[in-house]
Amino acid sequence: MSRLVIASIGPASSVQDGGRHGAQRYGLTVSGAMDRLSLAAANTLVGNEPFAAAVEVGPFGASFTARDGAVRVAISGAPRNADVAGSPVAMDTSVTLKDGETLTLGFARGGAFTYLAIEGGIKGEPVFGSLAVNARAGLGSPYPRPLQAGDEFTVDAASGAPELRIELPKPSSGPIRVLLGPQDDEFDDANKALFLDSEWKISATSDRMGYRLEGPAIKHLHGHNIVSDGTVNGSIQVPGNGAPIALMMDRGTSGGYPKIATVITADVGRLAQTSAGTAFRFKAVSMAEAQDEARKFSQLIRNLSDRLRSADTVALNIEALSDANVAGYAVSAVDAGTWQVAAEP
Amino acid sequence: MSATLPPPRLLSSGDSAVTVEFSRTIDDDANQRVLALDKALAASPIDGITESVPTYRSLLVHYDPGRIGFDALGEKLLALASQPLPPATRARRWRIPVAYGGEHGIDLEDVAKTLNTTPDDIVARHVAGDYKVAMIGFTPGWSYLSGLDKSLQMSRRQNPRLLTPAGTISIGGIQAGIQCLAAPSGWHLLGRTPVRTYQLHRNPTFLTEPGDRVTFFAIDHKTFEEQDRAAEAGEIIAEQVIA
Repeated sequence: MSRLVIASIGPASSVQDGGRHGAQRYGLTVSGAMDRLSLAAANTLVGNEPFAAAVEVGPFGASFTARDGAVRVAISGAPRNADVAGSPVAMDTSVTLKDGETLTLGFARGGAFTYLAIEGGIKGEPVFGSLAVNARAGLGSPYPRPLQAGDEFTVDAASGAPELRIELPKPSSGPIRVLLGPQDDEFDDANKALFLDSEWKISATSDRMGYRLEGPAIKHLHGHNIVSDGTVNGSIQVPGNGAPIALMMDRGTSGGYPKIATVITADVGRLAQTSAGTAFRFKAVSMAEAQDEARKFSQLIRNLSDRLRSADTVALNIEALSDANVAGYAVSAVDAGTWQVAAEP
Repeated sequence: MSATLPPPRLLSSGDSAVTVEFSRTIDDDANQRVLALDKALAASPIDGITESVPTYRSLLVHYDPGRIGFDALGEKLLALASQPLPPATRARRWRIPVAYGGEHGIDLEDVAKTLNTTPDDIVARHVAGDYKVAMIGFTPGWSYLSGLDKSLQMSRRQNPRLLTPAGTISIGGIQAGIQCLAAPSGWHLLGRTPVRTYQLHRNPTFLTEPGDRVTFFAIDHKTFEEQDRAAEAGEIIAEQVIA
């Protein structure tokens, strides 16, 4: 066994996985990774199950040192500078830390959460099937709280497998898609339009429980008190002051404010990775479209291993090549086995 | 009873959950239908449902849209929800000890003043109540109770407290509550119980279930301290009445 020791780490960093399911009926929320696709990508790079527990690194920097042997890790999520002893480590790649080597992560350059997956996973005692930290309920393993410098994980010794990179689809920069409801009838058409047509920013006071949205005040039709009912990841509730809150993974399982809309599953991670202060918009979609996107999203996660490449191959910017109208030959020349060249640009 | 209520509404809660809403207000009949649908789903599971969450007036059903779509699930839920309610079975009942007033119930005197009576009278009315766990939510083990004496119903505090103690027994609006973990609250704090409705590494982890009946009885503050230590060590403390 090796150890991975946290040499330094900023606030809002914790062990997270696919979440804790089955006990919302007792008031125990799901928790889990804010950006499930990035969690799954990091895990896939080191051969773990997509939703295995990993370190969710918050917006600030962190550094991790291998002890008692080599440790293989991978990073995915919010982009940041990363290096091992001065040699850069690219996002969406795996890297093996030799005994005594330190992986240093800088501040997030966009978004908030980067996932550090460890080959063989994080060892701990699951509660309701999960190691995810839920600080309020005192849950999470091996540390039931945000991580601190000096914390360490007992991990598998590095396998020596060749390093990989993963080619993820280019993240959309389009609006965050929502389904209206469940309480959109608590708002008149003008206020629903105001919600959908306005530019929003995420407040700096946001956290894993909820993202506060800055923009115009949304007015209720009959006041802001409803009888509490159940919430989901991405529920957008509107409290009395009219400033919507998007409920995130550490949300209360029930809430007493009208929920105007719900972020679609495929876009919750994108919302989680929207930096505070960056302007964005919402767009209403149909149930059919939302469920289609949800199915594609889970298929993408299931098939992530198809997107693994040797770390030695050149990371091609396929979009730029496409734009230059030279994609066909250039791409097939580099990695003919993996790229499907479109018949027409 | 169910004939007096309209059929439930299906409300989309995103692409992976649907709210089956029986009423917009707190309504015992609606809550009964929520719990009946929850039980029916447990007895004959629908493929694709991953979790159900009963609340006062609605059942939130989480599902995997890769296994069942909104329309197909909605049809099945409406069919189940339209079944007549099964005959009432005798519910499990918990007797919960409470240390009222003083440091454990800092609002007891104010509640008495507002209602023009004595703290002892407030305690007597609270203890006399026959409550039902209508839902558990917000934080682990927080049990929302229906059945609060009408004379104890009063609006919530103007300024919610940012932190109220673990084990708080409180009232707010027409509801009563057993709170397990320290949490924010705008309700009036009458006392504290040593009982943990949620405790990790205890069997069962969660004590109360939606549908359980609850009554309270008063204990002195010294008994509270003793029972609090025992509860911390994993004792259940609450007395279960076998029906």
